[in-house]
Amino acid sequence: MTATADTVDEIRALIGVAQYEETGDFPVERGYIWTTCASVENGNPLFWDEAAARAITDGLIAPPTMLSVWFRPHHWAPGGDAPRLPLQIHFDLKEKLGLPEAVMSDNTIVFHQPVRPGDVLATRQVLRSVSDEKTTKLGTGRFWVIDVEYANQDGALVGVESYTGFGYRRG
Amino acid sequence: MAEDDTIEDATMPVLLLGEVVAGDRLPDLAYDVTATTVVLGALASRDWRPMHHDKDFAVDRNGTRDIFLNTPNQAAWFERFLTDWTGPHGRLGRMTFRMLGSVFPGDTMVLSGVVDEVTVDEAGCGWVGVDVTLSVGDDVKTTCDARVAVPVDADDNPWTRTGTRWQP
Repeated sequence: MTATADTVDEIRALIGVAQYEETGDFPVERGYIWTTCASVENGNPLFWDEAAARAITDGLIAPPTMLSVWFRPHHWAPGGDAPRLPLQIHFDLKEKLGLPEAVMSDNTIVFHQPVRPGDVLATRQVLRSVSDEKTTKLGTGRFWVIDVEYANQDGALVGVESYTGFGYRRG
Repeated sequence: MAEDDTIEDATMPVLLLGEVVAGDRLPDLAYDVTATTVVLGALASRDWRPMHHDKDFAVDRNGTRDIFLNTPNQAAWFERFLTDWTGPHGRLGRMTFRMLGSVFPGDTMVLSGVVDEVTVDEAGCGWVGVDVTLSVGDDVKTTCDARVAVPVDADDNPWTRTGTRWQP
């Protein structure tokens, strides 16, 4: 099934619109920071030594690359909702455009204000672009770019992840 | 973590922008990946998907030879690799990943990096661009284009930058 021009217009109308706004279920905490540092043997004193963190980063911070960690739900929680898909717009596009297969070709993370223990982050997803139909060696489909923006409880931007996806039908 | 720990000790490198030129190579980081590495990394990043802890699932459902390192934990490896080199004053601005292949238990992964750009932006922030690769043998598994801020002199600290003074 090929998407109609109306469907594509409807999808493109959402470019730049914030969707799926959510607040984290739990505050940023040192336990996960230490577990992450241990998993990669990261001895950066910013995460282990409060005096160093005070001197260099004006207090403790979380490793910047943990940005998305703070939004992954616990494996179980009482009365929890059905698990959310972390990049819901990606799955919406596949469905609306009738493209059963998809790959992520690359992703970029941009780091803004540091994330600190105790922060409660909020996230939202923003569609940035949807290409015309293109044919690659995988098949025929469309490329799209989705940003996931993260802010802290003061509204300050802490980071943006950008994902480039290609949804397609096998050629 | 005593309060009186001094920060300017020899174990804490401070890489300054003037010490870096394009073409410099970072010290390689080699690591023998085990099942524990993969499982610990997945759980540290709250990634409960079975292909990162259940070998039968990975083999039967994903068609891979074993469980494999997840993407968020690879990002944490790249961060450690870069800040081992810059020291704690190094502040990540941007990373772009391209995943080319999987890393399995039994692999020796090697992270290596080459400086491709050294610049100072209009706000006076010093930036180093690094092309990082994560390889197993001759196979490049993941590439990461990173942009990291380092102090331009001993009085500078990229972490104090906010607003328009921080343009990652």
